Amino acid sequence: MRETSYVRSEMLAEQAPPITNVGPIGWIKENLFSGWLNSILTIVMLVLIVIAVSAAFPWFFNGIWNASSLSECREILKGDTGACWAVIHERFSQLMYGFYPNHLYWRPNLAFVLLFVAVAPVLFNGLPRKMLWFSALYPFIAVWLLWGGPVWGVVVALLGFVIGFFAFRFLEPVLGSLFALILGVLATLIWWLFLAGPVANGLAGIVPLALEPVESRKFGGLMLSMTLGVTGIVGSLPLGIVLALGRQSDLVIVKSLSVGFIEFIRGVPLITLLIVASTLLNVFLPPGTDFDIILRVMIMVTLFAAAYMAEVIRGGLAALPKGQYEAADALGLDYWKAQRLIIMPQALKISIPGIVSTFIGLFKDTTLVSIISLFDMLGFAKAIQANAEWQGIVWELYVFIAFVFWIFCFSMSRYSMYLERKLQTGH
Amino acid sequence: MTTLTDPPKASFRLSMLIYDSRYRSITIQVVALIGFLIGIAWLVNNTLQNLDALGKTIEFGFLKDPSGYDINQRLIEYTSRSTHARAAFVGLLNTLLVAVMGCVLATTIGVFVGVMRLSKNWLVAKVMTVYVETLRNVPVLLWIVFLMAILSETMPKLKDYKTGAANMLFGNSIAITNRGVYVPEPLFSRSLGDVTVLKGIYNDSFYFGVSLDLIAILAVFIGGLLISKLIKRRADVIQAATGDRPATWYLRLGVIVVPTLIVLILLGFHLGFPELKGFNFRGGIHMRNSLVALWIALSLYTAAFIAEIVRAGIMAISKGQTEAAAALGLRANKIMSLVVLPQALRIIFPPLISQYLNLTKNTSLAIAVGYMDITGTLGGITMNQTGRELECVLLLMLIYLVISLSISSVMNWYNERVKLTER
Amino acid sequence: MKKSVFFGALTVASLAAGAVAAGTMDDVKARGKLNCGVSTGLVGFAAPDANGTWNGFDVGVCRAVAAAVLGDPTAIEFVPTTGKTRFTALASGEVDMLARNTTWTFTRDVDLKFEFVGVNYYDGQGFMAPKSLGVTSAKDLDGATVCIQTGTTTELNLADFFRSNNMSYEPVPIETNAEAQQQYLSGACDVLTTDASGLAATRASFENPKDHVILPEIISKEPLGPLVRHGDNQWGDLVRWTLNALISAEELGITSANIDELAKGTNNPEINRILGTEGDLGAMLGLDKQWAYRAIKAGGNYGELFEKNIGENTPIGLARGLNAQWKDGGLIYSPPFR
Repeated sequence: MRETSYVRSEMLAEQAPPITNVGPIGWIKENLFSGWLNSILTIVMLVLIVIAVSAAFPWFFNGIWNASSLSECREILKGDTGACWAVIHERFSQLMYGFYPNHLYWRPNLAFVLLFVAVAPVLFNGLPRKMLWFSALYPFIAVWLLWGGPVWGVVVALLGFVIGFFAFRFLEPVLGSLFALILGVLATLIWWLFLAGPVANGLAGIVPLALEPVESRKFGGLMLSMTLGVTGIVGSLPLGIVLALGRQSDLVIVKSLSVGFIEFIRGVPLITLLIVASTLLNVFLPPGTDFDIILRVMIMVTLFAAAYMAEVIRGGLAALPKGQYEAADALGLDYWKAQRLIIMPQALKISIPGIVSTFIGLFKDTTLVSIISLFDMLGFAKAIQANAEWQGIVWELYVFIAFVFWIFCFSMSRYSMYLERKLQTGH
Repeated sequence: MTTLTDPPKASFRLSMLIYDSRYRSITIQVVALIGFLIGIAWLVNNTLQNLDALGKTIEFGFLKDPSGYDINQRLIEYTSRSTHARAAFVGLLNTLLVAVMGCVLATTIGVFVGVMRLSKNWLVAKVMTVYVETLRNVPVLLWIVFLMAILSETMPKLKDYKTGAANMLFGNSIAITNRGVYVPEPLFSRSLGDVTVLKGIYNDSFYFGVSLDLIAILAVFIGGLLISKLIKRRADVIQAATGDRPATWYLRLGVIVVPTLIVLILLGFHLGFPELKGFNFRGGIHMRNSLVALWIALSLYTAAFIAEIVRAGIMAISKGQTEAAAALGLRANKIMSLVVLPQALRIIFPPLISQYLNLTKNTSLAIAVGYMDITGTLGGITMNQTGRELECVLLLMLIYLVISLSISSVMNWYNERVKLTER
Repeated sequence: MKKSVFFGALTVASLAAGAVAAGTMDDVKARGKLNCGVSTGLVGFAAPDANGTWNGFDVGVCRAVAAAVLGDPTAIEFVPTTGKTRFTALASGEVDMLARNTTWTFTRDVDLKFEFVGVNYYDGQGFMAPKSLGVTSAKDLDGATVCIQTGTTTELNLADFFRSNNMSYEPVPIETNAEAQQQYLSGACDVLTTDASGLAATRASFENPKDHVILPEIISKEPLGPLVRHGDNQWGDLVRWTLNALISAEELGITSANIDELAKGTNNPEINRILGTEGDLGAMLGLDKQWAYRAIKAGGNYGELFEKNIGENTPIGLARGLNAQWKDGGLIYSPPFR
């Protein structure tokens, strides 16, 4: 019997898949029309998109950019649909800078650009660490640029930190870190409260290096939102760290104070805190104190952000492996050294995405100040609508403001997602 | 000296308060407490001094005085002769109303969008992504005023109904105008009336009527539910014993629907339709623009966040779970309801509750569209007309705090519960 | 090291902070600027133009005071306030005076501790309705939807009016004048109510003012005037007599055109006393002799301010009516300068 082998000795040539399964058609079939339900959904969505686009497109692109009033816009349009973007064109600088003096626009612009330089080393790992020094200096530079006045006011404020730091350094070997820290803070406070003013005045008398002062009342528009958001976040960072540590602490009283503060702030809406800022804050402060409304709002916004920041940092602390704490203990570091050298740098790094989303939330919430009659972009929208020329204008302003917010918030949220992914693979 | 020495006798020295770690924590706490108390005392002292300088005192007696203003949106009786406390109560109910409505709608939309974002349909997934990214990256206050503008600018004017340019929907039962939406209201021709509770307390500030009709209907409905549960349990027992499950769905539906229907008929249930009379529609329920705008805007905005939470929750369930369930022979809907959802819910629930909390706090933006919530009454008109800022703001914060804490205690309770079932 | 902005801001603030407790006049002089609270925007009374310069009838009072105290009618920081924020702004010392359509009432004067220094406009609450609504009297408004600005006396008057006439209404509370206009124009409410002057100003800014009528009923007395904090009489006197100087100037025929002429001396002793050529009234206020001269020069006398900002030749077109001089049968009346 001859053995016959029917086993094929070579492979058949591969055939191309059916035309309906590959390429654009295949993709469409698989992704858009894979079943009757999907097909219906696709068609419904397409119809919706067509309706939305056909309604918005002509209005959007048929817009008028040059006119001095709404009625002029309507005349030019002659009954066609079209937006009156002229209002944005005419009031652009108001929407961006508020009542900030025209010839000084370079200052907020510069502060804005420097902001990117300052946050760059925090956000991108590749940059030289030395740049962090600039980040630390940035708040002072920004305050000076925005508010103006003699440079010495900011310099002596900065000196306070230097004094506190050196006090801490010299006292630490003698008293231990906790008390050195307390005394350092005290030294700084004493400097600010009693010595800083006269010294600054004296220096200003000798070297009058000053920018034209601008009162915070003149801040407005997007610049106001940015200033409030950035101040809130930067100011809340130290407070948030303290509160987060307090909440994690074993000390009952410290813990309950922190929890009480955090839960109180998180339990009430921001608008009630803004009402406090606009009506009551001066009542709580010593008689005779008179911050203007924007500074008061900044204070309340900072307190508000601090509670949320504390929760974000607490999350960072909790996400840190226990081994890190134990390793710090094993090295014989005391609590403050361990926090400063081992725990915080890592916890803060993990918290950056959370901090970014807190900032996004806070930035969006700054629109609430329009309710207490501050002129952010939304406040200006109302003021412009009250104007005889632009009475009856609605959509253009809202669309523009929404667009500005969207650009900022969307890019920040994308960045934070990217960072989150990067941190995840880092483990 | 090779023997071990006893540790030195703990003769207490003052310096041990600092250097001995046993006492140090107490020292720190006492210092912190003293610092805190000094801080509070400082604030209180400043406040008293300032108020004294302004010639004001802290007292809450003004709450008993007639408010003098009217409120359009009210769930309970209220006139301009009612007290400020009652105005605050009306506002509180309005806050709760829009918060509850908002939570329900936001959850519905959010779950829908979240699930749709995971759809295999590319177009649907993209559209949902666009929805989420657009909604959540623009401030909610802007959405509220935007929606208000849409409602008051583009909806038909009342004039159009008079001239016939606009018509009511669904056989003259629903009217959508730029003043709000008028929908039919349930009426009872043989009503049992109301019981009034809390009458006579604090100058009649907190009384409200509870509709006996509603109680009767609810009682019958819940009774039906309970009986239906019993029937199900019996069916379960039979199934366990014999392997056959008797068909009970019609019975179960019947015990709920039939008695409820009977009660409705006994009470003379009918709908009251809105009618155009004089300046406005009369009759029916008037859902004012301010309420609708606030409600829809808050719901759409919060839904974007809820969608992300739902998506993350479902994605967090590892594929192995689904595959294991499929290997056990479960059908797709059973996999969802028995395997994926119970696990996903545990992840979804805590952030969902905190979104509810956010939504509730965001209802305070009602003031931007003139919806009379607690911020609008107590923290708005009352504060203005009486000039009692401190008292009003304190009360306002207290009320919000109570609402927030009750919501978060629900969350904590749930977290505790799921923790127990965890291995 | 990130504490900096917060504390930096605090430092800046504490450097900038001035004490409220000292006399307001000294504060204003030290600051070199008058902080004047105005409304967020009401055409004719106070509104910023495209350059951010404020104009209007109320603004004119601010300018007169600034001119009297500081010698410069532009040395003013205008602080826009809403119906809600105005009193706290004044009480907290954020503004030195309020010139903002504020009704002089008992509780505001006594309970809220403010000092109304006079009346610069006698007003009353009225209603505006579209002509097409066919309403001729406020008594026909039973069941109407009414737009009101919250935080003002108008909502209390409104409640009283409808209650006493046994009518029902639906209030639509609105935060600012701009939104009220928008809601009214879109037909979300049937009538708009506020002070009659405000209604006229609002109507003037409409595209077709003729399509709207202001109903004849005036349902309240609204004496509007500038106010200051209680207890600082020197400052109160100054604002009061600056306003009176404007009023007397009209009565005596001192205008911004002839003031330089009259300031050289006239036969009328009262004119001389006002303009500082006779006696020294200024010193009694803690100012120089020329204070009233500067105040009047800044924007003209009361009548000129009225005509320029809200008078019959402006789009707002208000008649003098109650606000005519007492000699012409109105209520505007200044105590004598002697």
